[in-house]
Amino acid sequence: MALELIKGNTAVAEAAMRAGLVSYFGYPITPQTELLEHLSARMPELGRAFVQAESELGAINMVYGAACTGLRTMTSSSSPGVSLMQEGISYISGTELPAVIVDVVRGGPGLGNIAPSQADYTQIVHGGGHGEYHLIVLAPASVQEAVDLTGMAFDLAEKYRMVVCLLLDGFLGQMMEPVVMPDFQPVRTTPPEWAVGSPDSKERVVLTSINIDPPNQEQFNVKMMTRWEEVEKNEVRYKGYYLDDAEYVVIGYGTAGRIALTAVRAAREQGHKIGLLRPISLSPFPTRAVDELADRVKGFLVVEMSNGQMLDDVVSIAARRVPVDFYGRMGGMVPYPDEIANAIIEMIQGEHDVNADGRAKWLAKMRELVGTGE
Amino acid sequence: MTEADVKVVYKRPIGLTDLVTHYCPGCTHGVAHRLIAEVLEEMGELNNTIGVAPVGCAVFAYNYLDFDFVEAAHGRAPAMATGIKRTLPHKTVFTYQGDGDLASMGMGEIVAAASRGEQITVIFINNTNYGMTGGQMAPTTLPGQKTSSSPLGRDVETQGYPIRTAELLATLDGAAFVARRTLHDARGIRMAKRAIRTAFEVQKQGLGFSMVELLSICPTNWGLNTTNARQWLAEHMLPYYPVGDFKVSTAVSEMKIGGN
Amino acid sequence: MPPKGWVEINELYCKACETCVTDCPTQTLAIDLSRLTPKGYHPAFMIHPENCTGCGICAVVCPDAAITVFRGVRPETEKEGEGA
Repeated sequence: MALELIKGNTAVAEAAMRAGLVSYFGYPITPQTELLEHLSARMPELGRAFVQAESELGAINMVYGAACTGLRTMTSSSSPGVSLMQEGISYISGTELPAVIVDVVRGGPGLGNIAPSQADYTQIVHGGGHGEYHLIVLAPASVQEAVDLTGMAFDLAEKYRMVVCLLLDGFLGQMMEPVVMPDFQPVRTTPPEWAVGSPDSKERVVLTSINIDPPNQEQFNVKMMTRWEEVEKNEVRYKGYYLDDAEYVVIGYGTAGRIALTAVRAAREQGHKIGLLRPISLSPFPTRAVDELADRVKGFLVVEMSNGQMLDDVVSIAARRVPVDFYGRMGGMVPYPDEIANAIIEMIQGEHDVNADGRAKWLAKMRELVGTGE
Repeated sequence: MTEADVKVVYKRPIGLTDLVTHYCPGCTHGVAHRLIAEVLEEMGELNNTIGVAPVGCAVFAYNYLDFDFVEAAHGRAPAMATGIKRTLPHKTVFTYQGDGDLASMGMGEIVAAASRGEQITVIFINNTNYGMTGGQMAPTTLPGQKTSSSPLGRDVETQGYPIRTAELLATLDGAAFVARRTLHDARGIRMAKRAIRTAFEVQKQGLGFSMVELLSICPTNWGLNTTNARQWLAEHMLPYYPVGDFKVSTAVSEMKIGGN
Repeated sequence: MPPKGWVEINELYCKACETCVTDCPTQTLAIDLSRLTPKGYHPAFMIHPENCTGCGICAVVCPDAAITVFRGVRPETEKEGEGA
């Protein structure tokens, strides 16, 4: 098992191949494009399907078709492209199909820029498409973790017949790190019994997201929500650092969580009892872990590369038991460890007001720090 | 002649389910469904076919056509068919789309699929309006034609011109067979069936993208009885949308169709 | 002598669109205003069965695949119960 130095996007692409990817459909968009480029060479090499679609709309609907065969399929994109895919994601969810989507998030809104961001949390975790559905969302903080979660994404998609999103940011997609790649898994090429084109189905198969009678649609939604309860029970993943004796806890995922760890270690060296909770599954969210911490710590600091999209979830779990501070950078800006370290000190020295609005405090600071450009 | 000489000249094809369609009396969607069922039965492909249904009046096509089916988002059927065909290349995969679905919402997907030479077959129903939502203006609505969203008649100055889809797609190198037929009379229907057969054979023999546009009537939304609607099609649609083969690639022209 | 034939119209499917009536080249068919199908339509029927040649045009144009077409002489036993 040799270590190889690989770029995040390429590593995820190769890991997907090794997990038995049968078909890939995508559209070029920075900072995700290397993923598509890698597969454009590798998939045909191994006799598997690769199509550069006409748009993200085309790509996600090709995935929709491929997912109807029950064979492993994937697309990848970055924020504006994923917005376009939301229609298809809702349909795939409404048809109970397994599929994997990689979102390498960039700065927004609008065309924004191509720098790293975490501002897709809301559209991915809380659903950007219409209707009631959930995605399983996995957020790695290193290239190795991205590789490991890629294989898991396919397994979870099939286990629950739902869409799994691997949520990266431009930083992870572009960064090179040494990784151990997994072995090649056997590739399933025969559709399972529930899928179209299956030799095993006893009668013809019709796959659709339509439920024209409202009572049927409601029943279906109850079934989907019941399945989601199972996911919440079984699939919560996070990593805790220095939580045992922590008096204050920083909560951050992905690249922000990784940078926060550097700041937490620095604070530890200065004698502060700081811990870090790094959610890996953003959906289902590690609600119980945050809930238990809220009973025994003095405060939370949420760190994100967004305006606090995950902050709202933490605030709701903390339920005014502890103050929830916030530090974020937006628009493709990445926080330095020092900035987070300062926010940690401010939290410790602050007023511990559980009613204080963490976002408002942060925004006032941001107006001074970066201004509004007006 | 004795009773022993009795033979069945025509019967309901086995590719149709036994459900009564929800289509209005006279609607030629039913003819198109039947022709697809007949052709796939004759080709022995009923158990090897996956259909992609559209959004529009034919959204429930899978209730009437008795084989594997998926239901696409509005306009996206060619993309969905691409995903299926690339995954299961030995299956016969076709989309069934109306004019709002294919020529408006899904113009990007159909042009891209045709230009890729995607090995799928497209059955395209042109009835010059949005049937399911109540007869609004479609990309195919004729100049001056009144619809529920062009109540004064389609004004080409502000609402643009109809799209001749078959002619448009025929310009693409990836399209192997593109034809237009009409379903308004028996002769047209017989010619339509032959074109549908050719289109599916093109796919089976891997010769590229194939599409048959079928001129259809919409008596309810046109506000005409069946007879007058068929006459209206002949008088108004045929001059604008002529029947013909708009693309027959060299390979298709040399193609042999088994049994015919 | 022209060939003989007959048609059977499945009244579950017939929606009284009249396409077969209009297109029948021998004026064999008509709409039966005295009866209703299970869906509430007046069904098509052979008003002049003696005209039918079994050409099949009615079935070709029928949008609901409701018509079975036979060629030959119809057995007497089957004529009973013919709608009229």
